[in-house]
Parts: sequence; C-alpha cells; structure tokens
Amino acid sequence: MLSSYIPVLVMVAGATIVALALIGLSALLGPRRPSASKDSAYECGVTPIGSARERFPVKFYLTAMLFIVFDIETIFLYPWAVNYKASGGLMFFNLVEMLVFVAILLVGYIYVWKRGGLEWG
Amino acid sequence: MTLQALLSGQGLMFLFFAVAAIASGILVVILQNPLRAALSLVINLFSVAGLYLSLNAYFLATVQVIVYAGAIMVLFLFVIMLLNMGQANLNTSYRGVRTIIAFSSAIGFGGLMSAVALKGQPNVMLPADAMVTGSSAGSVEGIGKVLYNPNLPWLFAFEWTSFLLLVAVIGAVVLAGKRQQPSEDKA
Repeated sequence: MLSSYIPVLVMVAGATIVALALIGLSALLGPRRPSASKDSAYECGVTPIGSARERFPVKFYLTAMLFIVFDIETIFLYPWAVNYKASGGLMFFNLVEMLVFVAILLVGYIYVWKRGGLEWG
Repeated sequence: MTLQALLSGQGLMFLFFAVAAIASGILVVILQNPLRAALSLVINLFSVAGLYLSLNAYFLATVQVIVYAGAIMVLFLFVIMLLNMGQANLNTSYRGVRTIIAFSSAIGFGGLMSAVALKGQPNVMLPADAMVTGSSAGSVEGIGKVLYNPNLPWLFAFEWTSFLLLVAVIGAVVLAGKRQQPSEDKA
C-alpha cells in the first residue's frame, strides 16, 4: 500500500535535488558584479516607485476563505468518487446522497453570487 | 514502537518526517521574518503529511496537503500581506505575558506527552477503525466505504457537514463581504 507512494517520494526527491543543484550551481559558477541598477526591483524596465509591500485589499481574503470551503467540498467528493463504481446496488443512493450534499453547498454559492461576493469592482 | 519497527522502511520514513517536522517547527518559532516563518510552516505541514503516510493514514495525508499546505497556508500568507508584515520585526512588548503563556503551554504539552509515554500506547479505538479492518483502515477507499454507507451512522454526519460549510460561506461573506449599497437594493 505504502509502496505505491514510492513514485511520489522519487518525484519529491528529484524536485529537491534539481532545485538545490540549480541554486548551488548558479551560486558557484555565476559571476557576481552587483550595481545599483542591477539590485533594484525589475518593474518592466520602468524605475520602481515606492515599496512593493503594499497592504492588500480584504477581497483577496474573502476569495481565499470561499476557496477553502469549496476545497473541503472536494475533499468529500474524493473518497466518494473512488468508491462510486464499486458501490454496485447502492450506486443510485450514493449519487443522491452526494447530490444532496452538493445542493446544500450550491445554496451557499448562490448566496455569495447574489451578495456580490464574486465581483471585484 | 519497538526499535525493530523503527528501523524498517516505514519506520525510517516516520523518523525522517518527524525530524523534518520538528526542525521546521522550530524554524517557524525562531525566524524573525514572518514570511520565512510561514514558508517553514509549509515544510512543517508537508512533513506532518509524510508522518500520516508512514502511519498508513493515506486519506489524512491527502487532506493535510490539499487543505492545510494548500488552502490554509494561502490564508496565512494573505494575513501577512493584509497586515503588511513583510518587513515588520516581531513586537517585543508584552514580554511578561508572553513568558507566562510560553511556560504554561510548554508545561501543558510536556505533561500531555509524558502522560502518553508513561501510559504506553493509548488504547483508543476510533469508530472508523472498528468498522474497517486491516490495512485499508486509513485508505481513501476504506474511509469512503464507511462514510457513505447508508447502514452506518456517519452518512448523517456527512450530510450535516454541508450545512457547516454553508454557515462558513455565509459567515465569510457577512464578515468580509461588500456592504450592499442602498441603490443596489432597489435595482
């Protein structure tokens, strides 16, 4: 069971090695001749204005919170979908129970939509 | 866990992720830059997912990565950006209160851990364990078979979870959402 996760482990190890190798190689081989204009932040070739660390509007946070809620909805879909084909005679029942679950969350989605929570302006 | 079990492949995996979780957890606390601390927390959450994997809790590991390392971390980073803490040094006031909180939580956590260590393996059986036997207990299939089974009581709880999420949606919109303009009400 756990052995089926070996490809994941290989991928994580590969990604780590590649990232470390690239950072290490550029640190070892790259020439370092810093100047004031090289060290400034790159803003499409225009001279930078002010700090990049501005306060963010709270809208981003609202979107992120809504994302979490519907993210958790997908979490519940996952074991349901894995078992769906094998559920045999319970297939229709399983479909209905998930439809009820999704329908209740759909009410929340419509509420957000109507309240303008998805609009940016 | 005996020494032999600890030196098996799964045990080594547990050890590796345990060390990574503790190391990144310490980094979260001691790093001065809030963004670096938050990124250490990402490593910590991934390590905990690895711990779940090495303990055969496959579904929990998936949830840990999708929800915590994915969604919750986005919220953490957004809070740092919302409060414009990118450059901020940690506040050094309230030192006395902080010391009291730090000591009491350390004593509480230490007491909990030593109670577990003295009592040995806690003989707790979760409902899902009792229903799903063997190695499939923590797998996605095993959890799905129990959770969506009409003959078991957890289906009801699952359906009610959607109401909990609905409350979360409404709460998020009410707290952070745009106030409705009077002109929009008439339209």
